[in-house]
Amino acid sequence: MPEKTIKTNKALKTTAKVSKGIFFHLVIYALALATLAPFIWMVLTSLKDMNEIYVYPPKWLPDKFHFENYKNAFEAAPFGRYYLNSIIVALSVTLGQLITCSMAAFAFARLRFRGSNILFYLFLGTMMIPYNVTMIPSFMMLYWLGWIDSFKALIVPGLASAFGTFLLRQFFMTIPKELEEAAYIDGASRFKVLWRIIIPLAKPALATLAIFTFMGAFNDFIWALIVLNSDEMRTVQLGLAIFRDRYLTQWDLLMAGSVTAVLPILLVFFFAQKYFIKGITLSGLKE
Amino acid sequence: MNETEILKKENKKEALSSLKKNGKAEKSKPGRGRYKKGDGVSALLFLSPTLVVFATFILFPVIFSFYLSFQKWNMFSSQTTFVGLDNYIRMFKSEEFWQVLKNTAVYTFGTIPLNMGFSLLVAYALNKKIIGKKFLRTAFFAPVIVSPVAAAVIWRWLYDPNFGLINWFIGLFGINPVNWLNDPTAAMFALIIMGVWKTFGYNMVLFSAGLQGIPETYYEAAMIDGASGWTRFWKITIPLLSPTTFFIMVMSMIGSFQVFDIVYVLTSGGPLGSTKVLVFYVYEHAFKYFDMGYASAVAYVLFAILFIFTMLQIKYMKSKVLGN
Repeated sequence: MPEKTIKTNKALKTTAKVSKGIFFHLVIYALALATLAPFIWMVLTSLKDMNEIYVYPPKWLPDKFHFENYKNAFEAAPFGRYYLNSIIVALSVTLGQLITCSMAAFAFARLRFRGSNILFYLFLGTMMIPYNVTMIPSFMMLYWLGWIDSFKALIVPGLASAFGTFLLRQFFMTIPKELEEAAYIDGASRFKVLWRIIIPLAKPALATLAIFTFMGAFNDFIWALIVLNSDEMRTVQLGLAIFRDRYLTQWDLLMAGSVTAVLPILLVFFFAQKYFIKGITLSGLKE
Repeated sequence: MNETEILKKENKKEALSSLKKNGKAEKSKPGRGRYKKGDGVSALLFLSPTLVVFATFILFPVIFSFYLSFQKWNMFSSQTTFVGLDNYIRMFKSEEFWQVLKNTAVYTFGTIPLNMGFSLLVAYALNKKIIGKKFLRTAFFAPVIVSPVAAAVIWRWLYDPNFGLINWFIGLFGINPVNWLNDPTAAMFALIIMGVWKTFGYNMVLFSAGLQGIPETYYEAAMIDGASGWTRFWKITIPLLSPTTFFIMVMSMIGSFQVFDIVYVLTSGGPLGSTKVLVFYVYEHAFKYFDMGYASAVAYVLFAILFIFTMLQIKYMKSKVLGN
């Protein structure tokens, strides 16, 4: 008898455990679904016609996929041009930062010079200066230079980064020095050492920086809002915001535009997720 | 400044310091590599692109906007007028400024508890045995990376009073439809919900890293002593996670105080100014009314607030490090 009760107790415990596990999975998957719901709804809406959009209760799937919404959105505003602008700006900023940040990081990680520590802390200190303190004089500088409404205005202020310098410096410091020593003995210059030895070894860190920078530059809004005037210079984000003002309730076109603005970054993210995670944990916990 | 002059100066300094170093015993740190002559010049070369950009777009602006905050200037005239503390006095006397500051604080302190609670919960769940961990992490992180503008456009559609998904959803529980974006109280609430959705994935990653740093043995020992899951969470996880939690809290405060993009697209500061936040207010005064002096003064007040937050963070970190 007692043996049996123990057995049923055990069985009960395992069923309790399993049902608890199922419940736990249900809750967390429901939360994930809720988090993704806005994206799903965006894609579905972008494929409906207006009659299917304005129904209550909401209709989930369209009868027919209206891919022409995308064509219409691209005709209503030059999203193709916006795209090109965004890509040019984001790629230039990313490439520029990879160069400037690895150079600066090399100086901080490998070269010994007076005041290097103070300068490094000053660099880190710039990270806490809020954007809108520097925004007004930066705008004025660009105005005086005659750079307003140009790619230069969007690119040049982004060509250096304290975060990027910090990230790369941390990584460079972990690279052993023996290879460099040998190269110096062979008469290599510092540029050569950086280019031929450090950069190839630092690819993961560079990838992290590249992805973060690209995302930031592609998603940037406020700076584009301030320095751009003409329609053909607009980036995707600015174009979409202005598109929203014009087509307030044209949800088919607005959602098609949003999909367009969101897609490249989501794609980059799906393929390079680990670099995102690494970048955040590095910036967050090692300071 | 003349660049060759700086270079010469660096050279001299370098020569002097190498002389000193040769006189004394080498004090080089272990593992720092051997000292090479002329490092100062190279360092300057390597740092120069970054230094030029920083000097132009950070150092000069920070100083100049401080100067501007005591001036009256519309940007298009060549003359600025010194007005002393007028901009600051005007700000502190302005009812709108206090309203804006209050809105920003409500947004910040409304978002943070929800954001942190939610992100900790999700991070804790993902730290356990669970099917499809990678998919889940991707799902929770996705809102962080998409553009705030597009996200806000999507949420405007979700918040639509007649056909929006959110009113339909709360309707399932018998709640009456809410006019989310046109009701002053609801609009701030709508902004907070969207803000949480947009940012909790970031904190989830930080919490996950923090959780992985807690040694498994602590939990095992507690389990042997018969502590329940709940007790383990409160007595082990929460206390050992507190440095991460504090860091996340301060960073979230700094981030939330500077919210702009989603406000601009979701509510444009309305209705009746109920969601107008500090950065929006600065933007408006600078680039709509061209009141550069006043805008700079407000920006500096924001800077001061964020500075206090940062100091809190540094002080806490220091006490932790020294405590160990």
